[in-house]
Amino acid sequence: MTEASARTIVSPAQLRTRRGRITYWSVFALALVGFTLAFLFPLYWAVTGAMKSPSELARVPPTLLPDEWHPESYAQAWDQMDLAGYFLNTLVVAGGAWAVQLAVQIPAAFALSKLRPVFGNAVLGLMLLTLMLPASALLVPTYLTVTDVPLVHVNLLNSPAAIWLPAAANAMNIYLLKRFFDQIPAELVEAARIDGASTVRVLVRIILPMSRPILAVVSIFTVVAAWKDFIWPLLVLPDPARQTLSVLLQRVAIDMPLNLLVAGMVLASVPMIALFVVAQRHILAGLAAGSLKG
Amino acid sequence: MPSPRSGELLAHTGVRPTTGGAPVPDPAGGPAGAAAVDSARLRRRARLRRRITENLTAYGLLCAALVVFALFSWYPIVRGLLLSFQQVDFVNAATWVGLDNFVRLFDDPLFGVAWRNTLLFTALALLLGFAVPFAVAVLLNELRHARAYFRLVIYLPVMLPPVVTALLWKWFYDPGPGLFNGVLGAVGLPGGQWLDSSSTAMLSLVLVSTWANMGSTTLIYLAALQTIPGDLYEAAELDGAGVWRRLWHVTVPQTRFVLLVLLLLQVVATMQVFTEPYVMTGGGPDDSTVTVLLLLYRYAFVYNDFGMASAMSLLLFVALGVFSACYVRLTKSTD
Repeated sequence: MTEASARTIVSPAQLRTRRGRITYWSVFALALVGFTLAFLFPLYWAVTGAMKSPSELARVPPTLLPDEWHPESYAQAWDQMDLAGYFLNTLVVAGGAWAVQLAVQIPAAFALSKLRPVFGNAVLGLMLLTLMLPASALLVPTYLTVTDVPLVHVNLLNSPAAIWLPAAANAMNIYLLKRFFDQIPAELVEAARIDGASTVRVLVRIILPMSRPILAVVSIFTVVAAWKDFIWPLLVLPDPARQTLSVLLQRVAIDMPLNLLVAGMVLASVPMIALFVVAQRHILAGLAAGSLKG
Repeated sequence: MPSPRSGELLAHTGVRPTTGGAPVPDPAGGPAGAAAVDSARLRRRARLRRRITENLTAYGLLCAALVVFALFSWYPIVRGLLLSFQQVDFVNAATWVGLDNFVRLFDDPLFGVAWRNTLLFTALALLLGFAVPFAVAVLLNELRHARAYFRLVIYLPVMLPPVVTALLWKWFYDPGPGLFNGVLGAVGLPGGQWLDSSSTAMLSLVLVSTWANMGSTTLIYLAALQTIPGDLYEAAELDGAGVWRRLWHVTVPQTRFVLLVLLLLQVVATMQVFTEPYVMTGGGPDDSTVTVLLLLYRYAFVYNDFGMASAMSLLLFVALGVFSACYVRLTKSTD
């Protein structure tokens, strides 16, 4: 697993000495054990805790391994909490938020970057201005707006659109997309135009294929944010049957037997862990680009 | 604005500059005799037409974004400002009440408590969440083995839904069969009361939030550390600087900008803490974990007093605005 090592604080010469090697390997071992205990062990505790019986979960001190294994807790939790329905709700919320955001933000970023209309900079400035505001300062007025959307007078409560539409007003994503589109040479766009390509065709055939890295980053962070969100779905989805997994788990936490609750929590986290394992490269690249928010 | 060169290029080649919308009149259709005089005018006209269609197309592509921003961002900003000076409920029309919302806020004994608690949370969260990830990132940058593993496990908690993290830790903190007192007991230490005692509840929330968020902070620092040129360390070493001096005089200055940006982001994020106290303590015990946002939530969605909640939002905005202003001044003065 040795990687090409760049020069860091500790010099290679120091590392090669006997003392240096001993120190390095002890620090390494300590870090390995420490990281595993701090970040993996709690997850192990949850996954195995769900398989303990309720009486074993109440035992003091707790057991490291379940005395008897009850993997059926997961199936029970699935049925008892109707997790299939809540997975679907969450999927609709997160998937819809992703689709609506890309459909709104890609054309906007493209127009601001490549078509540069009059007042384009003013529009971008007004959008970026919203980043200055702490999100929670807008909680109340946005909630009131969602309950009675101006002009059309629709109440979006209990509809996933109450999550999709406010999520689409995300200046950070538009900024990231625009910054990426800016790097695509204008000559490419002009050349396609000369060949008779329409603006939409330029966007679909030239810009988007070249923007796969940023699209992946924006997509992943959008889906993860929607899956993790709690306070906004809590407010705009008061109907228990329409809530997301996070809101469900918080709501049933008091009454649900602990083993089933923990099983439900593990199941609700599986898609995010799986996404991370699959898309790790993009997520780390996105972090490095400083594209994280919240 | 399109660059003049490419605009001219298109006008010369006579290619239809439109995007399939309105047809452009054929420049060759004019009287042949006046061609020399007309061609300049025609070119200007074609360029103008092109600009207009480009603007129309641009705003056509922008309109969805403009609508969602107008409805769900710009309008709520203005409305929030107005609401702080109004009394509003779902039945009656809004009425102006001047500073009444703010007066009632200051009269609420919980108001001061919430701000003190939030500042305590922010201070503790920065102490842990700012310093620890930097130290961890510096350490990781020195390790030459199993780097992928370290990056993977430290980021796993970031992927967990915050409600799951909060509920899990609530179970870990259980003074009876909880994980933490079990571990402490196993090594012969007395257990703590964690969330059940007003003196440790807030610190317990800080620990959860640090555990959940340090993955992203650490990896951002790590990315910044990897951009530091190795020559700097070599030069420092040749000048006789030891490990600690290299850390202080090379690593820290070289990552100053990232450190500042994350410091600001963390202040803004931790001042808005909500999920942990809402899920884990409900503000207790003895109001020791009532935060600004938790109180704001109660005003708005328990008491339906949107005016008072908006006044609280405005104060939160002003408080965080001070931090932003400090940050801008700081970066300017150090440049």
